[in-house]
Amino acid sequence: MPEITTLKEELQQAIIKGKRDAVEPLVRKLLFDGLNPEAIMNDVMIPAMDVVGDQYSRNEIFLPEMMIAARAMNIGLDILRPMLTAQGALGKGKVVIGSVKGDIHDVGKNIVSMVLQGAGYEVIDLGIDVAPEKFIEAIHQHQPKFVLMSALITLTMSMMDETIWTFKKAGVREKVKIGVGGAPLTQKFADQIGADFYGKDARAAVIKCNTLI
Amino acid sequence: MLIIGERINASRKSIADAISSRNAAFIRNEAKIQAAAGADYIDANAGTFVGEEAKHLQWVIETIQEAVDLPLSIDSPDPAVIKAMIPLVKKTPMINSITLEASRLEGILPLVAEHKAKVIGLCQSGDSIADTAEAKVKMAGQLVKKVEASGVPLDHLYIDPLVYPLATDDRSALATLDAIETIMKEFPGVHTTCGLTNVSYGLPNRKLVNRAFLVAAIGRGLDSVILDPTDKQLFGALKAALTIAGKDEFCMQYIAGFREGRLE
Repeated sequence: MPEITTLKEELQQAIIKGKRDAVEPLVRKLLFDGLNPEAIMNDVMIPAMDVVGDQYSRNEIFLPEMMIAARAMNIGLDILRPMLTAQGALGKGKVVIGSVKGDIHDVGKNIVSMVLQGAGYEVIDLGIDVAPEKFIEAIHQHQPKFVLMSALITLTMSMMDETIWTFKKAGVREKVKIGVGGAPLTQKFADQIGADFYGKDARAAVIKCNTLI
Repeated sequence: MLIIGERINASRKSIADAISSRNAAFIRNEAKIQAAAGADYIDANAGTFVGEEAKHLQWVIETIQEAVDLPLSIDSPDPAVIKAMIPLVKKTPMINSITLEASRLEGILPLVAEHKAKVIGLCQSGDSIADTAEAKVKMAGQLVKKVEASGVPLDHLYIDPLVYPLATDDRSALATLDAIETIMKEFPGVHTTCGLTNVSYGLPNRKLVNRAFLVAAIGRGLDSVILDPTDKQLFGALKAALTIAGKDEFCMQYIAGFREGRLE
């Protein structure tokens, strides 16, 4: 029987390398050996995803390598999720995410979504072309800590402004931290529209969420 | 093979800078080098200037026309902008682009019909993207119907099935290739076109992936493309692929490209 420390190390490596098939047996072995689900997630899996995120932001790995790691991570999370939910210990909280109304681009949003899940957030993905009212509905329903909005084209950037303004009118603006991202965006634009933060990529989004929890 | 030169696009920083500083020499040169490299149409885009697109695009169009005789591809999603630009062009333009979005169909197709222009139709609706071959072909069929109903001949329609990044969906290029083949078979007379850069997003050595994708797409029947014609390796791959696909009588285009030093 391998030592628990060896198994932990193997699981980390499996996630970092995106080895989906290796993740499930390793998680099950660790559970069998008595490690609790929260420790598996917080001490093993999330640090592995941190390594991947760092490698990506230093351009040491390419986007598909981060995606495949996130997929491996999510397979582990799928096993742990029911136990974590039962313990009331599911990670860092809820995030509602979507591409704003008029914007049907979802590649960037999907990446952020996967990486946030990998980092221990529960992500509610509203998809593309999300009207302000739909965001508000989701805020009422899910009580998230964060609302993240994506816009890939300059045309729909102004919809972010309108969405935040609609949040204010509906009295939900102060209930959530708002993060914005997308290729044409800048920190300056995020400040102008009164968002809480701007993330230039998926890694940045995770770091900003972590600091604002 | 109809080639649309993509370089004059305000999403490129050097172009945006040239537009905002009214650096006409820079834009003229961008037009000239694309014409010399074999572009059939020069794309004109000022899309990143929100609220001031028409003003800037007008200047871009006038500047390009000072430099080259080629027809233009007027690149804007906004019917009002397109309507304002059409009277400025000297040759019958291509409109880039319509989608299945009602406002764009209703606002742009009558202009295309009236001016006998060509038009690019994206396989995309107001609220969804098509990421499978089936979905792309279905939207292509809807575009064909709308275009025919507006009185625009199918020969003027260039369907872009769109390609999404392989980095996030490793079947994305295949979906586009399958769609190109089916569209060319199912809707005789219609053309297909495609931008290439999206496919390689997030991958290393992107240009290699773009080239391989172009070659594969030509093999499936793609007969127009939106690219940078001054990229000699890309242009070389284009010419070789056309020759291989049996679209180059006696290989004369390939040989001519070689003699002119345009293939690598």
